[in-house]
Amino acid sequence: MATVLEPTVTPVPVVVDPGVLKRPKNPAGVWSWMTTVDHKRIGVLYGVTAFVFFLLGGIEALLIRLQLAQPNGTVLSADAYNQVFTMHGTTMIFLVVMPMSAAFFNYLVPLQIGARDVAFPRLNAFSYWTFLLGGIFIYSSFIFGGAPNGGWFGYAPNTSITFSPGHNIDYWVLGLLILGIASTAGAVNLIVTMLNMRAPGMSLMKMPIFTWMTLISSFLILFAMPVITIALFLLMFDRNFGSNFFNTEAGGNPVLWQHLFWLFGHPEVYILILPAMGMVSEILPVFARKPLFGYPVMVISAVAIGFMGWGVWVHHMFAVGLGPVAVSAFSVSTMFIAVPTGVKIFNWIGTLWGGSLKLSTPMLFAMGFVAMFTIGGLSGVTHAVSPHDRQQTDTYYIVAHFHYVLFGGALFGIMGGIYYWWPKIFGWLLSDRIGKLNFWTWFLGFNMTFAPMHLLGLQGMPRRIYTYDESLGLQALNMVATVGSFVIAFSTMVFMYNIWHSKRNKVLAGPDPWDARTLEWSIASPPPVYNFAEVPEVHSVDDFWHRKYTEDGAGRPVRKPSAAETAGGSAAAADGADGADDHAGHDDHDHGHGIHLPSPSYFPLVAAFGIFVLGYGMVYGRDAGVNYVLAGLGALILLVGLYSWGMEPSAEPEDPDDVVLSASPDPADAVLGAAGTAGALGPGAAADDGGGEADPAGGNGS
Amino acid sequence: MRPSRRRHLTAASGFVVLTLLSACGDKELPQNALDPKGPEAIRLDNLIRPVFLIAAAVFVLVEGLVVYVALRFRRRSDDEAPKQVHGNVKAEIGWTIAPAAVLLVVGVFTVFTLFDISETPAGPGVVRVTVTGHRWWWEYEYPDHDVVTANELHIPTGQKIAVTLLSEDVIHSFWPPKLAGKVDVVPNRVNKMVIEAKTPGVYHGQCAEFCGLSHANMRLQVIAHTPADFERWVASNAASAAIPDPEDQPEAAAGAAAFRAKGCASCHTVKGYAAGQVGPDLTHFAQRDTFAGAIFENDERHLRAWLRDPPAEKPGSIMPDLDLTEDEISDLIAYLDTLK
Repeated sequence: MATVLEPTVTPVPVVVDPGVLKRPKNPAGVWSWMTTVDHKRIGVLYGVTAFVFFLLGGIEALLIRLQLAQPNGTVLSADAYNQVFTMHGTTMIFLVVMPMSAAFFNYLVPLQIGARDVAFPRLNAFSYWTFLLGGIFIYSSFIFGGAPNGGWFGYAPNTSITFSPGHNIDYWVLGLLILGIASTAGAVNLIVTMLNMRAPGMSLMKMPIFTWMTLISSFLILFAMPVITIALFLLMFDRNFGSNFFNTEAGGNPVLWQHLFWLFGHPEVYILILPAMGMVSEILPVFARKPLFGYPVMVISAVAIGFMGWGVWVHHMFAVGLGPVAVSAFSVSTMFIAVPTGVKIFNWIGTLWGGSLKLSTPMLFAMGFVAMFTIGGLSGVTHAVSPHDRQQTDTYYIVAHFHYVLFGGALFGIMGGIYYWWPKIFGWLLSDRIGKLNFWTWFLGFNMTFAPMHLLGLQGMPRRIYTYDESLGLQALNMVATVGSFVIAFSTMVFMYNIWHSKRNKVLAGPDPWDARTLEWSIASPPPVYNFAEVPEVHSVDDFWHRKYTEDGAGRPVRKPSAAETAGGSAAAADGADGADDHAGHDDHDHGHGIHLPSPSYFPLVAAFGIFVLGYGMVYGRDAGVNYVLAGLGALILLVGLYSWGMEPSAEPEDPDDVVLSASPDPADAVLGAAGTAGALGPGAAADDGGGEADPAGGNGS
Repeated sequence: MRPSRRRHLTAASGFVVLTLLSACGDKELPQNALDPKGPEAIRLDNLIRPVFLIAAAVFVLVEGLVVYVALRFRRRSDDEAPKQVHGNVKAEIGWTIAPAAVLLVVGVFTVFTLFDISETPAGPGVVRVTVTGHRWWWEYEYPDHDVVTANELHIPTGQKIAVTLLSEDVIHSFWPPKLAGKVDVVPNRVNKMVIEAKTPGVYHGQCAEFCGLSHANMRLQVIAHTPADFERWVASNAASAAIPDPEDQPEAAAGAAAFRAKGCASCHTVKGYAAGQVGPDLTHFAQRDTFAGAIFENDERHLRAWLRDPPAEKPGSIMPDLDLTEDEISDLIAYLDTLK
């Protein structure tokens, strides 16, 4: 299970009998990334991958806007347009916002709770590879004869084999199933991590707010993904094996699909927005020099949103004809989910009120979030007025609404999060000057693109149309929206230029560039592989802030005289000066030695690859002559991957330090040290290892 | 809401409502839901306008606060040490209860309106129509009048139209924005809606639920007549089509023959001459202003292009390219022109 971390961060596996199941030992290079189980590297992989998909989804958005810039556009054919808008939605939801959130979850949660890794590091790697291959899988459909074209919501029976006989929809079904595996595994991992691996003293109500939002979001993923999985399975059975769940010609029920889809789909909205809310809730207090206004209420309101989010799905279906009783119930529930959301907005403003606001780039994006998300929330309430929703639904008014939530909300929050945590992750700051240009062009482009869509929808422009007639009088606003979309594209280029520019002109950040509040800022930037040399002990919310400051009689912060020294708590302060690229500075040697970290592994990637092959097998399985042979091969690879995962050796079965840590009288040591110790981690290790229970003494790694 | 009061409120409630209202009454926007022309649509409009006003007020409040704090509390010196306020229970209870109270009021009106609009009208003045969605056109059947037509729905003004919605294939959504909110047209399901127009005219709309390749090309018109004109329209449309006489109309007669010989008749109904069930009923095709999902004007140029290669004109069109010669096309157009 454990590897001694040498000062150079080289895991040195001492394998007793490696056999075929060797643990990888490449300390650097591509293989080190392919086999990594370090939550920070996996977080970075998630982030980079999601950004690449953001660029792809963005190109699709620009194609949509070019096509609709004028009436009777000819940029795309009807068929190409349907593929592009389907892939734009699917990409932005499943391949951008969710994994971008996962990037932050992975990177930050262990740091915020004072842990050395997630509970199941190899499962974490498996989640990432499954996500990446799932994304590649869906995109490969463009090469293999046509991308999904039934909308991200895939309404039956349009997606049935009768009306969509090609493989487009199969790629969508299998792709989402694969991505669902990634999300579910990730959610389980994070939930276990947050519930079991918090630093001593960190009760749930002392968890950083971002971690709280991650916890709620992860629970929503855990419960929502099975619903979409069932729906997709039924659809796959209809398409491949002749069942009739949604096949209307045989009496199937297309409304069942809608219920299943939106029972997943609405919690999904909160899965997308809660992480960004968490980021904003971290950023606002830091740049206002005030604690989050009403931390308990912020937590409770998010929990309330998490629960209520399961009781509003029918507002996506107000035009389906479900009758006034059902529609009334869901109208009212939809109205009242606005209450906890509104509380959050006022609490954010309460956080800013009376503060000392430094309008740096992260703060601009966070305040932009509050301002823009409010608009999305208000238009959301108008959908709850269900009689009039029959005018709004399936029009550009809805497109405007959810872009204000998911772009004005989630993406503004994520951009703020990127600017805020970038120096922690890479050790150097992004330029604030270029960042401000990034923000203001982003803000301008966003509003130019999506504000007119409110009006377009109410003026009679339905969604998902590849063309509209000049006589509808919609061209002027469509042109404004198209110009706006290119301003967003420009802003994205400014962002990329900022990364390039700031990397060339490095301004080292040090451990705590923003005078921040949470534990991740108490250690070096970038953090050493083991995160915390000494396990922090937590006494309050914003524990790191309270190490630096006390409050005077008037409630004003006073910096503790020894703050500079205590800030790092350990090696961090010294380390920060040490240089950015050095993942573990020289001073870490003493601290780092003896900390057990999980060994890298090939098998999460192998297992994920098996699922990838299985996916193609299921897409083409019904074709004559193919007959699920490829699916069988994929299943075999998956089984080999999982078996080897379970059976691969621990790098160092009997390291004396294991014993020391396991035997430590301090239970916290036992838990945290056991980011690497099977014996100490107990159930967690068993779950990850698969074979752990069979081989309790040795442990299997991670 | 009286217009004068409306103007007054508009002035007070900022950009959003202003733009919304400025859009009203614009003749150039044939599908403008903010310009309702029938009692059903007006009922929805009456409900949403106050909600838009409330939303505008909240918008101004929140955005105003964000801008205000950004200006008022901007850091001027790095030494600033603001008071550490951790929360305020009273304030938080306040901004929980206040929005809930407003929403409760909105909710009550919403539920009442909802039950109102869900009533199925009955009585002597009610006209029944069955609307069937097809990929990608609309079929209208008047069960009380023995009339079947397509894409252009004719109704009398001042009378409630009880619409029954059926689908032949996938889900569509029937949406004439100036007359009513949309209702989905779902296979294996019977949905109902009510439309009514106050004044004669042509009201545009289109399918609002993504239904595949030519979803964008599934438009519709509701043509409202005075009740007397509507009676005349019904009478003329209930009749069968005359078969052109080869002596008087040789071209049209050749077209009629081609209509059968080339297979048109296996998909289209022309009452008294052909009984196909797949495509639109063409018995009174020449009365229509548009065709093919109300996307093309019914004139020679468009018909000619259409008959040459329908899928090229309308992606995914089930009507195939029949390899017609230009002469055959001319004959068919002449024949269609007789279907008055």
